Amino acid sequence: MQRIGVFVCWCGSNIAGTVDVKQVAEMLKREPGVVFSTDYQYMCSESGQNLIKDAIKEHGLTGVVVCSCSPRMHENTFRKAAASVGLNPYMVEIANVREQCSWIHKDMPVATAKAVILGRAAIAKVHLNAPLTAGESPVTKRALVIGGGIAGIQTALDIAEAGFPVDIVEKSPTIGGKMAQLDKTFPTLDCAACILTPKMVEASQQENINIYAYSEVDEVKGFVGNFSVKIRRKARFIKEDLCTGCGLCTEKCPMKKVPNEFNLGMDNRSAVYIPFAQAVPKVATIDANYCIKKKTGKCGLCSTVCGVGAIDYDQKDEILEEKYGAIVVATGFNPISVEKFDEFAYAQSPDVVTSLEYERLMNAAGPTNGTLLRPSDKQHPHTIVFVQCVGSRCDAKNEKGKQYCSKVCCMYTAKHAMLTREKYPDTDVYVFYIDVRTPGKNFDEFYRRAVEDYGVHYVKGMVGKVVPENGKLKVQASDLIANEQLHIDADMVVLAAAVEPDKSARPLATMLTASMDTNDFFTEAHPKLRPVESPTAGVFLSGMCQGPKDIPDTVSQASACAAKVIGLLAKDKLTGNPCVAHSNELLCNGCSSCEKVCPYGAITYSDKEFRMPDRTTAVRRVAEVNPAVCQGCGACTVACPSGAMDLYGFSNQQIMAEVDAICK
Amino acid sequence: MVYSYYPGCTLKTKAKDLDRYARASAAALGIELQELPDWQCCGGVYPMAKDEIATKLSSVRALLSAKEQGNDLVTMCSACHNVLKQVNHDMATDENIVTKVANYMKLDEPYRGETKVIHFLELLRDGVGFDELKKHVVKPLKGVKIAPYYGCLLLRPGKVMAFDDPENPAIMENFIKALGAEPVVYAMRNECCGGYATLEKKAIAEKKATAVMDNAAANGAQMMITACPLCLYNLTKNAQGGVPVKYFTEVLAEALGVKEEA
Amino acid sequence: MENTNLKERILEISGVNPRKCMKCGKCSGTCPNYDEMEYHPHQFVSMVEKGDIEPLMKAESLWTCLSCFACVERCPRSVEPAKLIEAVRLAVIRQQGANHLKPQDIPDKLDEDLPQQAIVSAFRKYTK
Repeated sequence: MQRIGVFVCWCGSNIAGTVDVKQVAEMLKREPGVVFSTDYQYMCSESGQNLIKDAIKEHGLTGVVVCSCSPRMHENTFRKAAASVGLNPYMVEIANVREQCSWIHKDMPVATAKAVILGRAAIAKVHLNAPLTAGESPVTKRALVIGGGIAGIQTALDIAEAGFPVDIVEKSPTIGGKMAQLDKTFPTLDCAACILTPKMVEASQQENINIYAYSEVDEVKGFVGNFSVKIRRKARFIKEDLCTGCGLCTEKCPMKKVPNEFNLGMDNRSAVYIPFAQAVPKVATIDANYCIKKKTGKCGLCSTVCGVGAIDYDQKDEILEEKYGAIVVATGFNPISVEKFDEFAYAQSPDVVTSLEYERLMNAAGPTNGTLLRPSDKQHPHTIVFVQCVGSRCDAKNEKGKQYCSKVCCMYTAKHAMLTREKYPDTDVYVFYIDVRTPGKNFDEFYRRAVEDYGVHYVKGMVGKVVPENGKLKVQASDLIANEQLHIDADMVVLAAAVEPDKSARPLATMLTASMDTNDFFTEAHPKLRPVESPTAGVFLSGMCQGPKDIPDTVSQASACAAKVIGLLAKDKLTGNPCVAHSNELLCNGCSSCEKVCPYGAITYSDKEFRMPDRTTAVRRVAEVNPAVCQGCGACTVACPSGAMDLYGFSNQQIMAEVDAICK
Repeated sequence: MVYSYYPGCTLKTKAKDLDRYARASAAALGIELQELPDWQCCGGVYPMAKDEIATKLSSVRALLSAKEQGNDLVTMCSACHNVLKQVNHDMATDENIVTKVANYMKLDEPYRGETKVIHFLELLRDGVGFDELKKHVVKPLKGVKIAPYYGCLLLRPGKVMAFDDPENPAIMENFIKALGAEPVVYAMRNECCGGYATLEKKAIAEKKATAVMDNAAANGAQMMITACPLCLYNLTKNAQGGVPVKYFTEVLAEALGVKEEA
Repeated sequence: MENTNLKERILEISGVNPRKCMKCGKCSGTCPNYDEMEYHPHQFVSMVEKGDIEPLMKAESLWTCLSCFACVERCPRSVEPAKLIEAVRLAVIRQQGANHLKPQDIPDKLDEDLPQQAIVSAFRKYTK
């Protein structure tokens, strides 16, 4: 018989406000095996923990039940307290009487009765608890960063500078991401390339960083500290080690009509190309969808002009397998497609552009070499209308848009409006807004400058229709302050499209068993207190993949993420979770159901000899769990038809005892 | 291919052309349009009120009748299409309306929107197929720049009508291409012509219809087509501009070479 | 001036929840007949929300809304302003003797090409 102590926490008024804690302690004292029961204001406090420790010593407790908040909050606190006085930490059980009881009930007698029942269930479980000891596993001291935008670059640099090797996997031919496409950055207006490219170069020169550009993650196996990842190095049809990035092939390539994705299709590139001048690695890539040689077998001009013999038309994708201790997701974002919002005529007129396209139209390396010309006739626009919140802040029923605020649009639109007025003072600039959201250091001041110093017309209202007619864009909009409808003949309309996570994020999340929200943003382990970790151990989040962020926020988060990765890689060994699955070989029928449902690949089958009753032996195929890989999710215990699989700490028997206690 | 057919009142009177060219074209394409027996007027506009059913009953009768025939129900007039489709959506989604209607009409089994309502253009796109339609064209309308006018009723509300992208539709453009003509894409093709306002406030209809026609003309339209008698009226009677406006069935019959016999 | 009963009725007839509105003004930006309305689509939403319905019931806007559904289609919050306008219009014409259009007015308004559809629709919109 266990000697059990029960500790009922008030949690200030969080629990005590709805649950009669004294009565709960009193009732639970009558349960079999309970030798001590009390209540206290804050059980998690120093003195609360001492109360538990003293009781363990004084009453010789062999089991502890704490009726308090969710075990996610303080299970660890109480386990440590127990361990410090020699009680096995897995003899401590939490009855969650806050989240599952006091917070959701209003009526005190009802809540009190339920708290008692939850306490009884925990007591029933403790009766069947046995001491458990956690195993240890080694840590591979190498990190993988998936995505080579500013988030991935910053995280990789910080980890590398702490002395750990890092691999960056980037799916496009160069690192740099969206920031490389930006012209200026708010609120200081420094040029994006000027501050980004030194970091790109640094990443390529840092001896601890290895860049796999034009590569993708194919498969992830393993667990925190011990991931094994297959990386597909896509065929560039160029030998990366030989190419000097001289660009001769790109000049001579006869296929010049390929939409240039770096300039969002507003100009063309050749079939063999280097995305932009400062690309890292500065290596050419052959686009097999357009290359004449790849499509027809004829041409081969690039191969003739290449001085170093770097062209290899027969190159195949290569698969690398690497081991990592930590994985950082930095897969970034894209603007949504605005074609579904064609009341703004984006699909109908080239002069209606997205903000990212406008960014390229302002950029010296863009399709117009930095002179603002409208796409249809290459003339200077004189009236420009900016539309905010295109696809952001939509109702859930509106399937075209997103429910969230994209966060970056107010500031970049202020930047676009300001820069336009600065470069072309003869241009009339209108910004239609719902709210101007500028929380951030020097952000509101920046927006006010656009209004006060640069004379941008900010209109509280929304554009409802854009009609291209006779070379103009007839804009119909509301001005809610003036309570009138405006009709503006504009030369360009710029749409602040909502942002969304990159499409590669969803399949990656499945590979990582990392959770996502309904918008496909990665979920944090805790929205406030663990914002850069995924709930999946060993997986970390950097940048827009976790939620909309501007560059300052992204870089801060990227460094925070690196700090967490460094903290993990600095450890030689990780203490595992002893609550893992184990199979009773005598009951196992070899059906493989468990192996199929295991998301971690922790279960293998092998043939074993068994002694049979009449002194014969038989060979049977049975399941075996690798406790270092098992995460204790319990999927196998549910799938097992013969009841052979069970989980330490959460055995079928323990759970049934809890259910029985609740249903009694 | 056999379909139930709901022509609507206006197609029996002022918009006979919309109807007879449709019938001739359907016959040429091997489609049998069986006019519903004893159909009643749909009311012209969809009754939005959640608390009344009387204004929906004539539509329900037509929908029920098609259900009994076991056919999809084809509409021709944009307004009838809008009303029937929206009422059918109510019958499929609003339990309150379903019950009230069943009680009032003393139905043995409530009607729950089982009938599929399709506009003749949808039939051409999804039933016949524009590629197939192209094969039946004997007099391609070569070189004619035609501006399709959708108006409001075919497209909105987009989720209920599920006709095409309500902001950037393509069905009529593709229809025009299938006939060998050149579609004119213009932004006002899904803006209101003024509708029934012409009755009380003609100036409104004049302004709206003119803005639509101006935009079509500015984009090079030599002709406009529509599926709605009231749109046709507003564009021909109330718009300043003089671009000829025809029913889409008329150009269809012409291209199929059955206009004269219609 | 709050009129709770009237507001409840309008919300019931229309099925609209004006609280979903984020006051972006897109309905009034897209309304093709804005200039013919003294109360604009966004005002219908906010005034109904406030229960300030009597002024709307006297408004000429009730008869100039074209029910073109542009505001419904383009509202990012799925508020459906046109349905609110219809509900207020119904609240008016359901009153005894409050029909906006009278049969005896029709002959003067006809011309030989006017489709039946226009007359039927106008009666549905303006009369009970």
